[in-house]
Amino acid sequence: MSDRSERNLGWALCAPAAIVMLAVTAYPIAHAVHLSLRRSDLRFPNAARFIGLDNYATVLASPYWWHALWVTVLITAVSVAVELVLGMALALVMHRTIRGRGMVRTAVLVPYAIVTVVAAFGWAYAWTPGIGYLAALLPAGGAPLTDTWPALAVITLAEVWKTTPFMALLLLAGLALVPPGLLNAARMDGASAWERFRRVTLPLMKPAILVALLFRTLDAFRVFDSIYVLTQGSHGTGSVSILGYDNLFTALNLGVGSAISVLIVLCVAVISLVFIKLFGTAAPGSAGGEGGR
Amino acid sequence: MIAPTRRQRLGWGVANVLVILWALFPVWWIVALSFKAPAEIGTDGGALWPRAWTLRNYAGIFETTEFTRALLNSIGIAAISTAIAVVLATMAAYAVARLRFPGKRLLIGLSLLIAMFPQISLVSPLFDIERHLGIFDTWVGLIVPYMTFSLPLGIYILSAFFREIPWELERAARMDGATPFQAFRRVIVPLAAPGIFTTAILVFIFCWNDFLFAISLTSTTRARTVPAAIAFFTGSSQFEQPIGSIAAAAVVITVPVVLFVLLFQRRIVSGLTSGAVKG
Repeated sequence: MSDRSERNLGWALCAPAAIVMLAVTAYPIAHAVHLSLRRSDLRFPNAARFIGLDNYATVLASPYWWHALWVTVLITAVSVAVELVLGMALALVMHRTIRGRGMVRTAVLVPYAIVTVVAAFGWAYAWTPGIGYLAALLPAGGAPLTDTWPALAVITLAEVWKTTPFMALLLLAGLALVPPGLLNAARMDGASAWERFRRVTLPLMKPAILVALLFRTLDAFRVFDSIYVLTQGSHGTGSVSILGYDNLFTALNLGVGSAISVLIVLCVAVISLVFIKLFGTAAPGSAGGEGGR
Repeated sequence: MIAPTRRQRLGWGVANVLVILWALFPVWWIVALSFKAPAEIGTDGGALWPRAWTLRNYAGIFETTEFTRALLNSIGIAAISTAIAVVLATMAAYAVARLRFPGKRLLIGLSLLIAMFPQISLVSPLFDIERHLGIFDTWVGLIVPYMTFSLPLGIYILSAFFREIPWELERAARMDGATPFQAFRRVIVPLAAPGIFTTAILVFIFCWNDFLFAISLTSTTRARTVPAAIAFFTGSSQFEQPIGSIAAAAVVITVPVVLFVLLFQRRIVSGLTSGAVKG
């Protein structure tokens, strides 16, 4: 095949996917930007007009936005940190297991693959006094889902349970790339298990860890399902996704809702940029990570 | 490697049991809940085993169309989205893995970007767009936004799979006298099929899982999928919480997921991780 026909075939095969992806994301986002610059209240459809950045001013001046952002950052930071530690432990267990390896991996995949809403209802009932086994462990009268901090803890726990397996599997794949010979050599040199992990395994796993952290951080930042089921965002537990949803479907304000949408995109862009800085050359898709293909 | 001592082996064995319990216990409790009689729920202090097993909750949800219709919507929407995404992703991933052309890295980067996109940001504009196009509260109205995650996921996983395929075998078959179609049919299809199949399962699970689009872009049972329908379940009287029905519906939509995981564990694991490790 000549270079030119190869190039054309490549483009032709990628075009449908690329066009669909752009149509379903770029177009709505452009529309969101457009809506966010207008007064667009579904209760007063005839009063729609261009108002510049007023919707953004409304959102940024609102304590609800900042509280939701704080809640989102908190849930994201805590759950991703806990998941990294637990996921690493889980990955080490799966890596060392020889007998029953398939069984452990199958069991671990269940929380990951289960519908988030189903898991969230499970946790909601488990923590409801009188109904659940976890509430039964609490002192009488405790109802964790009706108080900000306990509710946030329950939400974070639900997230951690659901997504630690994904973290663990990514880390496990990273562990498999650590050459056993290197670990044995370190052992011969008298390095303790902790030293081997700290000095040999961890540095070699850095790219896998960063990829896992990036995926999970961006995913955790859009937390919605668990909160919707567990608290509906009440008692100050709403994330930015919950806030955007409420603005659209409870306050019926498309303009403000769209401004929130755009602001969330900006937050995600900032997080991604930070990670790309951290990655350096190890970024997925960059020359170093792709084996030069 | 140095053979582990008996104590070490015991330690890892205990760790395994803990991991399995941690992963499956919460799921088991929902199953137990779904088999409890309404009178038992709320009075048994969250027992881990139903006192008297009953199928009443399951009979209840299959009596009305609220759940059966949602189940049909879930299956139909997830299946169609998966089919479209896998076909388009296969074409793109084949090109990425096998052909040399500029812009290939851009495509992978673009799909990663889109896969990680905050879905709530698409909800407000899509709500407006879909009402104008008249596809709000229809199957199409959900299949369209499902492309935002299913297509990038498909491209990402498939291009990692396709990179592992020994494509030289095709040329070898041609040298041995196979026609291009025979080489494709007998050599390439069997090599590519497992990757495509695994991708389809993963994409299906993601579509099956969606909640945000499903509650935002539907308003009736016409296109509402099960996760959204569960959230709107009402008890048979306003004083009765539909806990048993929700638990039963939850178990029903968990069954296919658990089956996939049981049957294809190894493939799902490699599908989830291959792209991330090899870039």
